[in-house]
Amino acid sequence: MSPELVVALVKIGLLIFGLMTGAAYLVLLERWIAAWVQDRKGPNRVGIPLSRIRLFGLGQPLADGLKFIFKEEYTPRHVDRLLFTLAPLSILVAALAAFAVIPFGSVLPASATPEGMRGPIELVVAPGVDVGLLYVFALSSVAVYGVILGGWASNNKYSFLGALRSSAQLVAYELPLGAALVAVVLATGSLRLDQIIAQQAASGVWNVLVQPLGFVVFVTASFAESARLPFDLPECEQELVGGYHTEYSGVRLLMFLVAEFLHMVMAAVLIVVLYLGGWHFWGLTGSTNEVGWGTALVRVLVLGGKTLMVIVFLFMLARWSWPRFRFDQLMALAWKVMLPLGLTNLVAVAAVVEWGGIRAGKPSLAAVLVLWGIGATGWLAAGWAAPSAADNRPRLEPS
Amino acid sequence: MKPNDPDIYWVEPPRLGLAEKLYLPLVVDGMRTTLRHLVSPKVTVSFPEERPRIDNPLIYRGVHRLNRDEQGRVKCVACFLCATACPAHCIDIVGAESPWPDREKYPESFTIDELRCIFCGMCEEACPVDAIELTSLFDLTGRSREEMIFDKEKLLSIYDMTKDAEPMRTAAQEAER
Repeated sequence: MSPELVVALVKIGLLIFGLMTGAAYLVLLERWIAAWVQDRKGPNRVGIPLSRIRLFGLGQPLADGLKFIFKEEYTPRHVDRLLFTLAPLSILVAALAAFAVIPFGSVLPASATPEGMRGPIELVVAPGVDVGLLYVFALSSVAVYGVILGGWASNNKYSFLGALRSSAQLVAYELPLGAALVAVVLATGSLRLDQIIAQQAASGVWNVLVQPLGFVVFVTASFAESARLPFDLPECEQELVGGYHTEYSGVRLLMFLVAEFLHMVMAAVLIVVLYLGGWHFWGLTGSTNEVGWGTALVRVLVLGGKTLMVIVFLFMLARWSWPRFRFDQLMALAWKVMLPLGLTNLVAVAAVVEWGGIRAGKPSLAAVLVLWGIGATGWLAAGWAAPSAADNRPRLEPS
Repeated sequence: MKPNDPDIYWVEPPRLGLAEKLYLPLVVDGMRTTLRHLVSPKVTVSFPEERPRIDNPLIYRGVHRLNRDEQGRVKCVACFLCATACPAHCIDIVGAESPWPDREKYPESFTIDELRCIFCGMCEEACPVDAIELTSLFDLTGRSREEMIFDKEKLLSIYDMTKDAEPMRTAAQEAER
């Protein structure tokens, strides 16, 4: 086997293992935070199996996983059997495959490079993919197929409503997401995620400091894309039982849930990579590819820590802070607020780049001030003009 | 119901000011509430090791007991009001002529099916002589269904068990006065 293949296999193994374990423990973390916010103690019983050691409930993910695996895998008689099995598989595969171009660190030191390999080992499964961002967004759009297939194959009105809502929502929010993204790509001049991080590290100015409006639009849209509260209409349990996975049980339900969690992790990683400087932190990680073992490790930890912070403070606490949007409010927010704001940011960044405000990823102070001014003005204008409430009452006279 | 039904009236949503429309104050507000609860003391307890604190045992609705009077006799006069009031039909009384001169009847047997009981407290409300009361014991368990059908002796023994911690309601109310 060539050294490239061995390295790639090791990285794939690490990534899949890390993601699965990470997702399991993030579920535990989410349950803890949910409990604490609701003034409860949360799961704190399950520890080391077959012993009385509790470890604050750290064994809970194992118990949850075993429960899912040993549950009856029930297939209702009225479903489309092929699609019913295909849907969770496709969504999980797409969610995992999208991580192939996501860097989980920067590079290993040159001494770690095995014989017969060029360049240092990059900590990403598929290094040097020039269409990295396009690949990520192509695959996360495939996720909506899993949702629609699941809802359709279930042959159940709640599942179908959930799938319909989901498709409308994902399509609507892909536009502002794309607009915010294009602005970042414009400023960087590359679709490669490692390049985007490298430029932020080189200039020391994270994109969130340059494009505040784009950041807000991107975060909002990625909430909606990963179907988290306050945008979890595809599966809101109070209205749709369970949404598109109402009819699922056992391992296939587990696949759906893991895929959903991976979407959230993906959204968090993208927020970190695109806007929060990836593995870079001032005075801690350096900014070039000349690294020793210590710096390489610190970069991995910084990236992981930032992702965890984003997941906890943006995704998990937001879940308990604001009520769910109504569907028409959701659509109004996407089309009337987020899309114009995203386009405003895009045009502003394009103008700044054109007039030389951002050179090779390094913004000038004037450019930053202009973009912040435009961001604040845009936000104010959106707040001023946005319809605060839609009149949904039925018409008295038939028109 | 038609849209122009006179019984329908529409409630106008409150008008939003600019601060609310900008959404930022509400974001901060929601986050502040969440963070406050994140660190506030918890209301649940680790149950088997730690017992929950019951604020007022006199109004708690746990396991039943049959009260005794001053001479240690069962207070019940077998009037069947509790059995009649019970929505779950879990009380079974067999009345008999009283051996004592101060009342006409007494319960020869008095059984409550604790598995059927919904702990609504209506028996306690209905009782004219304050003979049946609900205690603050809530974690009753048994290994069989038969074990959970409590007879008169068992209910009286619950009274003996709990009378010091929870005085009879009438007595407690008189003491308050």
